[in-house]
Amino acid sequence: MRYIPLSASDREKALAVIGASSVEQLFEDIPAEARLPHPLDIPGPLPEMDLMDWFEEAADKNTHAGPRRTFIGAGAYVHHVPTAVDHLISRTEFFTCYTPYQPEVSQGTLAAIYEYQTYTAALLGMEVANASMYDGPSALAEAVIMACRVTGRSKVVMPNLVHPHWRQVVQTYTQHLDIELVHLELAADGVCIPEKLAAAMSQETAAVVVQSPNFFGYVEDMDSINQAREESGALLIGAVAEPMSLGLLKGPGASGADIAVAEGRSFGGSLSFGGPALGMFAVKTSLARKMPGRLVGKTKDTMGRDAYTLTLSTREQHIRREKATSNICSNQALMATAAAIHISLLGASGLREVAVANLTAANYLAGRLARIAGVKLAHDKPFFNEFTVTLPGDIGPVLAKLASAGYLAGVDLGRWYPDMKKTILISATEVHSKKNMDDLVDLIAREAV
Amino acid sequence: MEFPKDLKYSKEHEWVRVEDGDTAIIGITDFAQDELGDIVFVEAPKVGRDLKAGESFGVAESVKTVSDLYSPVAGQVIEVNPELEGSPELVNESPFDKGWIIKLKMEDPKELENLLSAQDYRNLAQKG
Repeated sequence: MRYIPLSASDREKALAVIGASSVEQLFEDIPAEARLPHPLDIPGPLPEMDLMDWFEEAADKNTHAGPRRTFIGAGAYVHHVPTAVDHLISRTEFFTCYTPYQPEVSQGTLAAIYEYQTYTAALLGMEVANASMYDGPSALAEAVIMACRVTGRSKVVMPNLVHPHWRQVVQTYTQHLDIELVHLELAADGVCIPEKLAAAMSQETAAVVVQSPNFFGYVEDMDSINQAREESGALLIGAVAEPMSLGLLKGPGASGADIAVAEGRSFGGSLSFGGPALGMFAVKTSLARKMPGRLVGKTKDTMGRDAYTLTLSTREQHIRREKATSNICSNQALMATAAAIHISLLGASGLREVAVANLTAANYLAGRLARIAGVKLAHDKPFFNEFTVTLPGDIGPVLAKLASAGYLAGVDLGRWYPDMKKTILISATEVHSKKNMDDLVDLIAREAV
Repeated sequence: MEFPKDLKYSKEHEWVRVEDGDTAIIGITDFAQDELGDIVFVEAPKVGRDLKAGESFGVAESVKTVSDLYSPVAGQVIEVNPELEGSPELVNESPFDKGWIIKLKMEDPKELENLLSAQDYRNLAQKG
């Protein structure tokens, strides 16, 4: 494909056709103060070596704590990804993959996605998983929309223990649809109280969304929540922001959830600028035709050999047009492949071992922090690899001091929860050694108390 | 291709058979099933749902496309063909009999007068 930028006269012609006076006019819906009033200030061409220097200098301005001194989770967790994952997904057969419409030339990609779907369904305790979505939050938004479509109802109960960013994305997706998000304040409880959920639901409730481990890291009692929603007839959407927890905890489907979604970045992904992410999405078989997204199925070819192909495509936009289950026309094929490789390298016992290492590290760190005078665990609930800690003083300056010492100690929960201005969210995973954690504890004891 | 004379037809290729005065049995025509090809799934409404004339009540999905199903008359769904969930191919094999899709309690049987006769529908179908 040739790339030839538009000439000035091409641009004039295009503007004349659409009736715009300038390119700037096309952006007038964006508030002026949010727009850059001049072209990007980019210096002229440089020799390649000078260019590398320039970028290195720019990169050095970033705070780079390194994975073992990063204790921030909050939806994006530090994990060791085996080198084999990047090596394998860098093969061109995988690296340039796009949704494989032609099974006759795409068996490898389709088989990899089928493996990913199989792992996803197994981990989430579900029967059918799709070929993946953009990320956990958009998968949750699709789940909410799907629940409303399936039930013919329009209210969705979403406690504020669901990740605030995920809630924002759901809000963005649903704001112009006939869907009402019912906010539920449960931050003080730390976990969902089944009776409070039940009280917020009615015959108009399409679904209740429960994240476990929740945004504070605490494990929800999904079985009791599943019972609590029964009377209303609402669907249960189980969300998982840290799927590594599924090495120890049962998936939402195993507790009776109708739809389960997860952010899959912990499998094979990285934390580079927050992405790329991976939306895992799974349902019960009875809901498969209502599910958004691509789906790879396994069948036999004319010679009786295993063969893979996209299936149930009539749910999708390229066939069903405006009546499609979703407008998603793609998947995160490369990240799904990375996840499948990572999961298969771990295996069932390896996944459990990593999960136990996370649980052990986080419990060690929580135990040590709780012994610092003036520091206490904000909620006394079971957690996986993340928990809340309340410090005696203002935490902004403390976090800044720790950062300048090279430690990203946690997330200030006051950003989203006004009553939790002295509380931080801390995560520890398999990458953190005892020494890493002891050093963090000593720093906090020195700076925060 | 069959166009049974005792039925009423809609322009959207549904047929209606009247039973007991105000019960309408609804399916898709032989012409429609032939156009769709092998039907793999029929999505039917819940019993008790009220339908307006012309309202979409479900979809027929074939190996090559999906098609909305429209109710030729207004009424309440009183029965859904239970066989179609496991054997959607009945719509291909027996469009006017075993492949029926829903039964409605009609709001106003006079609406039947707005529908096409077998001859009119045959003309419509054969015109393409």
